[in-house]
Amino acid sequence: MHDVRSTVPKGEAFEAEAGLPRTHYLNATHGTAAWLLTKDHKRIGLLYLFAISFFFFLGGLFAMFVRLELLTPEGDLLTSEMYNTSFSMHGIIMVFFFLVPSVPAVFGNFFLPIMIGAKDVAFPKINLLSWYIAMIAGFMMLTTLLMGGVDTGWTFYPPYSTTGSSSNVVLAALSIFVMGFSSILTGLNFIVTVHTMRAPGMTWGRLPLFVWAQYATSLIMVLGTPVLAITLGLVFAERVFHFGIFDPKLGGDPILFQHLFWFYSHPAVYIMVLPGMGVISELVAAFSRKQVFGYSFVAASSLAIALVGFLVWGHHLFTSGQSAYAALVFSFLSFIVAIPSAIKVFNWTATLYRGSISLASPMLYALGFIGLFTIGGLTGLFLAALGLDLHMQDTYFVIAHFHYIMVGGTLLAYLGALHYWWPKITGRLYTEAWAKVAAITVFVGFNLTFFPQFIVGYLGMPRRYHTYVPEFQVLNVLSTAGASILAVGFILPACYLVYSLFRGGVASRNPWGAYGLEWETTSPPPTSNFLVTPIVTRPAYAYTHADVVSPYAGSTQGERDTGTEETQRV
Amino acid sequence: MSAHIVPVRVYLIIFGALLVLTVVTVAAAGVELGWLNTPVALGIAVSKATLVVLFFMHVKYSTRLVKLTAFAGFFWLAIMITLTLSDYLTRDILAAGK
Ligand code: HEM
Ligand SMILES: [Cu+2]
Repeated sequence: MHDVRSTVPKGEAFEAEAGLPRTHYLNATHGTAAWLLTKDHKRIGLLYLFAISFFFFLGGLFAMFVRLELLTPEGDLLTSEMYNTSFSMHGIIMVFFFLVPSVPAVFGNFFLPIMIGAKDVAFPKINLLSWYIAMIAGFMMLTTLLMGGVDTGWTFYPPYSTTGSSSNVVLAALSIFVMGFSSILTGLNFIVTVHTMRAPGMTWGRLPLFVWAQYATSLIMVLGTPVLAITLGLVFAERVFHFGIFDPKLGGDPILFQHLFWFYSHPAVYIMVLPGMGVISELVAAFSRKQVFGYSFVAASSLAIALVGFLVWGHHLFTSGQSAYAALVFSFLSFIVAIPSAIKVFNWTATLYRGSISLASPMLYALGFIGLFTIGGLTGLFLAALGLDLHMQDTYFVIAHFHYIMVGGTLLAYLGALHYWWPKITGRLYTEAWAKVAAITVFVGFNLTFFPQFIVGYLGMPRRYHTYVPEFQVLNVLSTAGASILAVGFILPACYLVYSLFRGGVASRNPWGAYGLEWETTSPPPTSNFLVTPIVTRPAYAYTHADVVSPYAGSTQGERDTGTEETQRV
Repeated sequence: MSAHIVPVRVYLIIFGALLVLTVVTVAAAGVELGWLNTPVALGIAVSKATLVVLFFMHVKYSTRLVKLTAFAGFFWLAIMITLTLSDYLTRDILAAGK
């Protein structure tokens, strides 16, 4: 496995500056207070990185409990109550404290302003506030955990959540309520930033596709999250004040909860996957050395997903007493929403075609994403078919479906982004060979964990029970074995990335020879991102020229302005 | 963001209109309109909200982007209500056909 970073193209001629820049955003100021009160979007991105890495490992711990329990058909490791708590805490932590913030709050915060040539986001203080709100929510969730957790599943369905469960529903719901505001503030910040902070020449048609994806995601966050807050507020009101809203005994309707919850939570699955799709567009272009095929279609499909994603939530209610006519409409609309996702997959594939592909570690994650997301999306269509869903609803088939998207898709994109941008964030190079081993380990472990779940679900194994019939044991053992491999695949990067901070080689400005404003500034960037405001004269991913000359005029350091015919100062 | 100065007179007129509409709400509540009861009450409420949004919240004097933003909020609310009603309004049809 050779290191592609040493064979980057000619543009590297001016990457000769040795060593890290003397001052950059990491060492500009020192001390805990300088970090905890920072308004620098890059530092805030790192604060999020630490926080959600913690939650990722915590959520992973509960997944291990679940998988270990399911090693045998009998319930021998956990009581059924403990099992319920385990899968609930796993789902809640992974969805609300890892996947929703993951790519936007870490890489969106860090790179969105840089990629549009801005000095920061539009509202730096609100950005910091969003992190504090997330931390308050995080502490509330940890308190919930210490008090014994919650056992309703991540979906909080009433009447169990409002009148049945004796676990800490109120605190957990409040925690997610609070977390929602962090998400709204991030979304708001990104929308305003993209509208008002673009560098001269950075037109909408030149925005990197990562930015388009963040923008579309932000729209969903701002438009959808308030409904989640209202819904959990109503659960609170029914549980504490016994208002009859969802519980039939009190005169309510439990299906109303499902409508409200999924009005947010289906779009939220796109909050979780769209930013990942944006990452994949960057990676595919960078490692095929090509303009993304059909740029405007890929950009528009993000907006289409943001809109149509709001029209399909009823596919979660096919078996729960919703009107058959509504089910028909939602089924039809669910088939429509697959189109913009398919556009992306086909366009990435077309980008690869005749590209100059290098299989660097971030690209391995990107290729994994494309394959696994496709499987996840297609099985979504199985589930959107009314007849088939009657059989598969609440089985392991559904579990496999959404893990193919959330883990096979979003998590791989997250890891791809982490590897792609790590040299920029830290100024250090990790060991590429180890990174490739980790990427392959994750891919193998992932498939071994979740592919058997499609089969066992199709055969009828229901989700959320801690025992099952002995016939299903072989498939479950495979799945648990896969989960162990997957765990290794996550621990590996934690090791070699941390190692790289101390012993890694020093990264150049543009170690991948990639095209984009973030590669025009130093690694790590200065606090203001650029020393001179960049002036953009070319579309995104103009790779034919990128490997010859610096792609942007008005480059970040005056003396680096190569002054060729492609560069001009305004 | 240009701060548009709205004459006090406009605020007073809108305030008056809101008061009138409030009286209409109370009066309408006393009249039996059959199935129209709810639509009429909601109609009055919506017109009041529109006045507040347009004048008191200055959307009428704002940029097209702000108008679009305000519109999007209501449009999404409409999506939520319409598709939810697609369930509630048709739930009994099949059962009734039996
Ligand atoms: C693109 C990202 C997607 C993500 C992240 C995602 C995620 C999820 C999640 C979390 C669930 C399970 C919810 C639960 O009951 O706990 C689910 C179920 C479902 N998904 Fe997806 N999904 C995605 C795409 C799709 C697509 C494209 C379709 C179809 C067009 C689809 C159709 C369904 C259906 C019908 C169910 C309900 C299955 C059932 O409970 O019977 N999904 N998905
Ligand atoms: Cu869905």
